[in-house]
Amino acid sequence: MRSIRKTFAVTVAAASVLALAACSSQGGAQAQNQATGQSYVIAMITHESPGDSFWDKVRAGAEQAATELNVDLRYSNNPDGGQQATLVQNAIDSQVDGVAVTLSQSAQVGPAVQRAVEAGIPAVAFNSGIEDYPDYGIGMYFGSDETLAGRSAGERITEGGGGKTLCVIHEQGSVSLEARCAGVLATSPGTENLQVNGADLPAVQQTIGAKLQQDPSITHVVTLGAPVALAATQAKAESGSQAEVITFDLNADVAAAVQDGRIAFSVDQQPYVQGYMSVQSLWLNLSNGNDLGGGKPVLTGPSFVDSSNIAEIAEYTANNTR
Amino acid sequence: MSVATPPATTPPKPGPERVQRSLGARALARPEIGATAAAIAIFVFFFVLAPPFRSVEALSTVLYSASTIGIVALGVALLMIGGEFDLSSGVAVTAAALSSAMISFQLSLNVWVGAAVSLVIALAIGFVNGWLLVRTKLPSFLITLSTFFVLQGVNLGVTKLVTGTVATSNISTMDGFTSAKAFFAGDVPLGFMTVKMSVIWWLVFVAIASWLLLRTRTGNWIFAVGGNQDSARAVGVPVARVKIGLFMGVALMAWFLGQHLLFNFATVQAGLGVGNELIYIVAAVVGGALLTGGFGSAAGSALGAFIFGMTTQGIVYAGWDPNWFKAFLGVMLLLAVLVNLYVKTSATRRK
Repeated sequence: MRSIRKTFAVTVAAASVLALAACSSQGGAQAQNQATGQSYVIAMITHESPGDSFWDKVRAGAEQAATELNVDLRYSNNPDGGQQATLVQNAIDSQVDGVAVTLSQSAQVGPAVQRAVEAGIPAVAFNSGIEDYPDYGIGMYFGSDETLAGRSAGERITEGGGGKTLCVIHEQGSVSLEARCAGVLATSPGTENLQVNGADLPAVQQTIGAKLQQDPSITHVVTLGAPVALAATQAKAESGSQAEVITFDLNADVAAAVQDGRIAFSVDQQPYVQGYMSVQSLWLNLSNGNDLGGGKPVLTGPSFVDSSNIAEIAEYTANNTR
Repeated sequence: MSVATPPATTPPKPGPERVQRSLGARALARPEIGATAAAIAIFVFFFVLAPPFRSVEALSTVLYSASTIGIVALGVALLMIGGEFDLSSGVAVTAAALSSAMISFQLSLNVWVGAAVSLVIALAIGFVNGWLLVRTKLPSFLITLSTFFVLQGVNLGVTKLVTGTVATSNISTMDGFTSAKAFFAGDVPLGFMTVKMSVIWWLVFVAIASWLLLRTRTGNWIFAVGGNQDSARAVGVPVARVKIGLFMGVALMAWFLGQHLLFNFATVQAGLGVGNELIYIVAAVVGGALLTGGFGSAAGSALGAFIFGMTTQGIVYAGWDPNWFKAFLGVMLLLAVLVNLYVKTSATRRK
């Protein structure tokens, strides 16, 4: 009896040792699974001001990629450049495997990202900083070339017989918004900027309305964010202006407005793709040594949404993916 | 502190002195006199410099702009007369709009029901502000700063939790939306001009608040509580009730503007409203409310909001370089406050 029990115990022990020893420390399907997901922690650090639907799409894309690739995504944000740099430093300190950052205030955030790169953490820039990202040793960039996007919008305005264009800036001192308006101005002369307070939508509507009353010669209004676009359509309706409303960025309401013609077209930089590709490309880099774009930025826009393709796209805006 | 002396040490004012004061002197002692002078100066300024400012349409826009500031500024002004102030009013507007939109949409209710539930939530926020203040005796700055952060986080967190995004779903096709829009954000044709419904409500609220302040016992209590809380308590003023009531008044006004925001745009983004609390306080101060309490008026807050509305829109009508927008605004407001202060001090000296 005793010997039987002893034999059984030995057998169990041996089997356990064998099972443990059988786990190869190198290669194999187990290791591959780990290498291709579980073990990667990616930090995404943006300059989002809390509660903006645009950034919600960026994050939705990043989370989708993280789920598909089994990546542990750590999202954080701060609109203040210095604080955003601290968040990057936090990510370095917690030894993440990769960082994805926006470079809206590149002078402040860039050096922190450079420290990450020097510490052997691959970095991807996205959404903003298309001019500056190579300066900090960042290998890849996903986003829209804001000046190019502005130029493309301006070209369409000029083709459509644009006279005087109003470009509405809803965040004071934002480099990317200024770049868009500068782009519009480059191809549509007679463009004038208007500063509004993006945190107060009635104020946005009132200010655009006042401008349309002041200058009846305005033929086009370009807004740079989806909620601002809707305020502009209301301002237009109330001031009796005939100006066409054009916007950057999309949401379900803008899609509906494009469908019924209140908004002529939207210049979409596809934020969902920006978030998605930042995580995807870091994963490819970590697991397969890839680098996308060959040192050049990969553009996610401008993608035009107008009456010709809105039917197809509207459903995606409802899903928060466009 | 305007009257810090307890009633017993105040020498009884002889009747004749009041008679001797001229009508002009009495007018100059009104809290809103400085704001009136500033409002006239700014109106003339833009009337001369910005030709489009002279149209009725422009006046309608200016009034609309003033109303969206003035509604909450009115509640804030009353609160400031009562000696406290509120940093959470800007995000409370957003909270009221978000809760109304989400309750209606998620539970498929008539939007009026959502608005009513949201009113209860808003009043509860005001009550908590006031209750915490009287219980903890902390400065209202700290209490409402905390509420400001809590609401900002809750606005975002709950919206994301409930809707999956950071904006509410569009409620424009729901039952009651048309009537609610007409009530909160409709257009009112007056014959010679069309104004927004919010302008009418704003003026109604200012009239009610003026009556409350100047003609009722509650009004006396508010001035007494703001002037000297301890002497007010000594003469039997229910200080705690007045303060809680004033915070709930701000909440009520925030709720109203929140409904305007929602029914004007049909959706609300969770990050809105931050920074507006300061604009409301500025409007109340420009309108003659003292930061120390005990002095101010409802009409003054309306004038303050009107000055703000004229300045923001006037800069646009004048066609000035938009990069300087905020700088112009700051200088304008400083001038308004200085004119206000000058008139007020000379009025007191003449007393």
